[in-house]
Amino acid sequence: MADRSAALRFGTPDAAPANSSAAPDELRRDLRLIAEMIEPGVRVLDIGCGDGALLAYLAREKAVDARGIELSQSGVNACVRHGLSVIQGDADRDLDAFPAGAFDVVVLSQTLQATRRPRHVVEALVRIGKQAIVSFPNFGFWRIRLGLLWRGRMPVSELLSNSWYETPNIHLCTIRDFVALCDAIGTNIERSVTLDRHGRPFALDPRGGLANLLAEQGVFVLSGTSSGAKAR
Amino acid sequence: MSSVTAPLLQRPGTDWPGYSLAVGEPLRLDCGVDFGPFRIAYQTYGRLNPERSNAILICHALSGDQYVAEPHPITGAAGWWTTLVGPGGVLDTERYFLICANVLGGCMGTTGPKDLNPATGEPWALNFPVITIRDMVRAQKLLVEHLGIERLFCVIGGSMGAMQVLQWASSYPEAVVAAVPIAGSARHSAQNIAFHEVGRQAIMADPEWCGGRYLSLGHSPSRGLAVARMAAHITYLSEAALHRKFGRNLQDRNAVTYGFDADFQVESYLRHQGSTFVDRFDANSYLYITRAMDYFDLAAEHEGSLPAAFPGTQPRFCIISFTSDWLFPTSESRALVHALNAVAANVSFVEIETDKGHDAFLLHEPELFATLRGFLTGCAEHRGLTRFWG
Repeated sequence: MADRSAALRFGTPDAAPANSSAAPDELRRDLRLIAEMIEPGVRVLDIGCGDGALLAYLAREKAVDARGIELSQSGVNACVRHGLSVIQGDADRDLDAFPAGAFDVVVLSQTLQATRRPRHVVEALVRIGKQAIVSFPNFGFWRIRLGLLWRGRMPVSELLSNSWYETPNIHLCTIRDFVALCDAIGTNIERSVTLDRHGRPFALDPRGGLANLLAEQGVFVLSGTSSGAKAR
Repeated sequence: MSSVTAPLLQRPGTDWPGYSLAVGEPLRLDCGVDFGPFRIAYQTYGRLNPERSNAILICHALSGDQYVAEPHPITGAAGWWTTLVGPGGVLDTERYFLICANVLGGCMGTTGPKDLNPATGEPWALNFPVITIRDMVRAQKLLVEHLGIERLFCVIGGSMGAMQVLQWASSYPEAVVAAVPIAGSARHSAQNIAFHEVGRQAIMADPEWCGGRYLSLGHSPSRGLAVARMAAHITYLSEAALHRKFGRNLQDRNAVTYGFDADFQVESYLRHQGSTFVDRFDANSYLYITRAMDYFDLAAEHEGSLPAAFPGTQPRFCIISFTSDWLFPTSESRALVHALNAVAANVSFVEIETDKGHDAFLLHEPELFATLRGFLTGCAEHRGLTRFWG
């Protein structure tokens, strides 16, 4: 079974790869959190859907109209083999074709940091989805800061498993950076959840310094753009 | 249960296997001609279920025909899609009712330029009206209606077959549950038109073509048709596939002969492709069918907007391309995906890694089989078909 966005893995809190036939309790923890945020029966686009674990779960448990985009051929083929509607493509290139409001929910999990134009991608998400759920690793996490401070080297850890010269993660950001991007785009942050080292959610204001220090990753629910920052 | 189609079937006027439908009412063609009466030759595999919900229409490519899964009645060669069709196959004859009709303008039983023009008593030749992909699909629609099938479970085809699949999805979206265009495009590219023109000129340059009247005059432009086939065949392969298959290997000799005999295996192979093709294909049909492909441009039918070609309720699409296909490259399929995304259609898109070129859709390609099987099973579950499967 293909890993979920094998090339994009780094913020994966659980070591076990997602499985398309995953039972609810086998779904990766951040995906489970995202799944809980999605209402039954809605139309969902999962960008960077890997082998379709989240989509399969949503289609089965919540009867959503599940669609996906995935970069890797192995991931796409695994999805289509399992009857999921997934296209081979990437977030940078293939979102512009979708009309505004095409989906109730657009999911971008652990993929934003690997896109070439994150701002463009986030703008596209809130344009084509009535809601966008974005999860990403927090580069402001204290262990990353400490690693850089002490060792003076780019962090390589369980989560940042690639050396700087090999990583596909070209646009890393902190939670505060992401919040600033949302403000610049003029999109509303409907909800945010910060997760600790063990993938457990804790409630802290994402705009505060403490969340930015303690969270290993963030999950944000965005919606719409202000009139001044209209997409397309 | 017995096949629903049985009482409707009529044998064509030849001893070839399969069935034919005589269409009495003229069909209005894109060129403005009301054409008819005419005949549609077709073949079926498997059985139509009582709900008539398990029918799959297979659309053949330029040089294909309705003999999908059985020996060709002229050449004896195996059916062109035996890789997919059969009991337990991807197109499972124990689950689905498969239909494949020879296209309008073809030469395997459906009315084409080699048939007699009732007005003159001579073969139509170049008096045959120029047909389009849409005309071919209109004829197929008549056949499907004749078989009592309101909605096809799937329309599937590669290359020109993919064009027909897209035309079906555009013209009759309510009549298609799943559409599978493989190695196709929503329009024929300039490069592809150019290759077709080379083929047509080769045929027309053959003195035995006689302005198209070779049948009446007892001639056969087989050299021209063979050259057309040879040139086209190169475009169906890839540089890598040719190299893997033949390299610079010599044919039955140890050294080059300093002449123009087929020294190289690749030459011998192409000559063989050309010479076997002329036994089973009509040169004028080749002109007409290549023309139909050249004219194909779904967006042009809708003021230049490809998304506009797919309005309203949509079939589920599974679009498949091959990495080494330079005749219908992935970019063409991706343009189609974007157009379908623009109308929020239900689309899957898989690009399959292979060095076999355009012809990969006809070959043993396990990733293709797995993709199709998964997609069709998913659609069958969605459609409630699987409950008949036991």
